Amino acid sequence: MKLKNWLPPKENLRQIEAFLEELGDLARFCGRFFSELFKPRPEVEEFFRQCFWVGYKSLPLVAITAFIMGLVLTIQSRPTLVEFGAESLLPAMVAVSLVREISPVITALICAGKIGSGMGAELGSMRVTEQIDAMEVSGTNPFKYLIVTRILATTLMLPILANLSNAISMFGGYLGVNIRGSVSWYLYWSQVFDALSYGDLVPSLIKTFFFGFAIGLIGCYKGYNTSRGTEGVGRSANSAVVIASLLVFIIDLIAVQLTDLLGFT
Amino acid sequence: MAADNIVLEIKGLYKSFGSNHVLRDFSVTLSQGENLAVLGKSGSGKSVLIKCIIGLIIPDAGSIKVFGQEVHELHQDDLDQMRAKIGFLFQSNALYDSMTVEENLLFPLRRHWITQGQADTDAAVVEALEDVGLGHTRYMMPSELSGGMRKRIALARTLILKPQIILYDEPTTGLDPITSREISELIVRVQKKYNTASMIISHDMSCIHATANRIVMLIDGKCYANDTYEKLMQSTDQKIRDFFIETI
Repeated sequence: MKLKNWLPPKENLRQIEAFLEELGDLARFCGRFFSELFKPRPEVEEFFRQCFWVGYKSLPLVAITAFIMGLVLTIQSRPTLVEFGAESLLPAMVAVSLVREISPVITALICAGKIGSGMGAELGSMRVTEQIDAMEVSGTNPFKYLIVTRILATTLMLPILANLSNAISMFGGYLGVNIRGSVSWYLYWSQVFDALSYGDLVPSLIKTFFFGFAIGLIGCYKGYNTSRGTEGVGRSANSAVVIASLLVFIIDLIAVQLTDLLGFT
Repeated sequence: MAADNIVLEIKGLYKSFGSNHVLRDFSVTLSQGENLAVLGKSGSGKSVLIKCIIGLIIPDAGSIKVFGQEVHELHQDDLDQMRAKIGFLFQSNALYDSMTVEENLLFPLRRHWITQGQADTDAAVVEALEDVGLGHTRYMMPSELSGGMRKRIALARTLILKPQIILYDEPTTGLDPITSREISELIVRVQKKYNTASMIISHDMSCIHATANRIVMLIDGKCYANDTYEKLMQSTDQKIRDFFIETI
């Protein structure tokens, strides 16, 4: 068989080339974030404004989801544990599952949807209506003002949201345990805290920083580089959510492998 | 006009986007107190030209000197300082949607007026809003304003740093004839009050007629004609005549 037949068609090559170019642009964008981060005159006021939007404004959604998540997980897990006569392990099992995996990932996915798309759309519309150019003309560094503050706020707020989500989901778990059984408040929390260790909490906390960074980075990258008018704004918001969600799973996979390697299991 | 009054000097400017040669050896000068209109069809490179002047687009070749300084050789901080002397009215107004009118006006001050107090900034906001006749909109959001009001607020934001040069990118596009005339009158009033040099990019002949002392015609990326409105109207050159007939 000739070598030519083994090569991918031209269209595929173009797609690979475009993907690699986008990856290079994203790496440059990420590099610029770190270089601008340490430049003098930080945009403190805008950073706190973004923390308020990313953290406080996302809290109701994260809290409701976390409560339902804890409740549903407990109700769904009970029959299996009952079958093995291990119903008493329900609070411990729910606590470990939520803290290690479910709560950080679900919180990150909610934030990817809410914050990632919001940033993609907001920055995208600012780009197509020349607001970013206007900022530059008025002597403000738009990258530092818009991008650095947003990525930093997302990176720092997501761990806080994930930890609050952990706590709230446990309350959901308590309700779930007591729907079909009867476990006292004290016993429930004793079992939860006995089951949890720093080895569960610390890796979970660390990975949420990376989740937050990825969500902020992708949302800002897509929004800041929007082109082709209003159609481009919609596309930026959409691809920000898709890519950020995918990255959350990839980071989670890497984090789990590293946790295993470092003996946190 | 005396040569020492020249505030903006463009020489042999080239800019291409791929195979599309937008500017080809474009040269022009702008003097203090002058209103220069750059006339050209859509897509002829007018907006590219003023974005090159303000440093938003880097030209392929040529020289742009503002107050004798080569724009594209300036360090970022020097470029920001120079930009404080140039006002830019965007075609889309580019008002910050998430900010009130007052915050929009204060935004350029935050970078350049670090040492000024609250009273000074308040006075600057009030004066800029009064210049455009919209003092009552101070606490309104841009979404609450009409197209003409948004244009005036954008002009007020441009004026707040007291620029010596103002670049207008299609100032009357999308406005009704009455509002267009009001904006044209405002441009003239501002020029007289602050003795600014203005470059007005437009294809709206009534705006150009009302505002410009001199017209430059941008055809095929070059400065095709450079004269007053009256003289260009009487021109026998077919390209100029075609343009005037098509646009009036």
